[in-house]
Amino acid sequence: MIDALDRTIIDRLQGDFPLVDRPYAAAAAALGIDESTLLDRLQRLLDRGLLSRFGPMYQVERMGGAFVLAAMQVADADWQQVVERVNAFPEVAHNYRRESAGGTPFNMWFVLATESAAAIDELIRRIETATGLPVFTFPKCKEYFVEMKLAVRE
Amino acid sequence: MNRPLDDIDRRLVLATQGGLPLVAQPYHELAEALGISSAEVIERLRRMLADGLIRRIGAVPNHYAIGYTANGMSVWDVPDDRVDRLGEQIGALDFVTHCYHRPRRLPEWPYNLFAMVHGSSRDEVLEKVAVIAALLGADCAHDVLFSTTILKKTGLRIG
Repeated sequence: MIDALDRTIIDRLQGDFPLVDRPYAAAAAALGIDESTLLDRLQRLLDRGLLSRFGPMYQVERMGGAFVLAAMQVADADWQQVVERVNAFPEVAHNYRRESAGGTPFNMWFVLATESAAAIDELIRRIETATGLPVFTFPKCKEYFVEMKLAVRE
Repeated sequence: MNRPLDDIDRRLVLATQGGLPLVAQPYHELAEALGISSAEVIERLRRMLADGLIRRIGAVPNHYAIGYTANGMSVWDVPDDRVDRLGEQIGALDFVTHCYHRPRRLPEWPYNLFAMVHGSSRDEVLEKVAVIAALLGADCAHDVLFSTTILKKTGLRIG
């Protein structure tokens, strides 16, 4: 169960965490709770998997790296083996199975994060070799909006 | 602003990419581990925020666990000469969490505008996709790809 305080913490602490000596105390004060309560709640939210992490969200492209969306068409018979081979690459940051209503052939969608933009092409070749399947990449031409702050539902 | 990491920034990224220490003085703890002052840790984080190397600092929810069980990647084939104007318009919708212009991959993939929509159900996502369709026009070819399984979700890990 997510109680009212958990919900407040998740909804209000998705950014602007203070850069001061006692940041949890400052953030807690803004929520009307004390530092130890906030630390305890954050630990429990992490332990329960409601938060993936608490900290900086880095933007690797601004460090000279690359963050590239890629897709493959994988047959059901090969699915598990391909999942294991793709996920074995540490540069694969996320991987989702997706299904479409509109007849799109690609059913595996993953994001590659590398520290250097030049490493992407070589990485794609290695994934193609490991899986025996072509990898289609969708590097962003332009970003119009990114704001993954979502309020708690339920 | 794009800039490479210097050695200390890089060690700071490595030390924090999995999260900040859950202790009263997290920057102090990082400073001790890195052999610099906590004021320098704070200043480096502040600069990375200002330069966009850090998008934000705070709670990163598992959006499935907080109730967003439907995640639809809507994709659209819009004329190239209008993609920027339409992308700005779709990106401004309050239910779109990411919106990008990406390349087509013909013949397999005709779509050049991607808009991610999250909701509590597929029906809710499809209602929102219909709002986008109304803006882009009934003749705009599109598809919605729903995630059915999270196969991996570790986020950025350098090192």
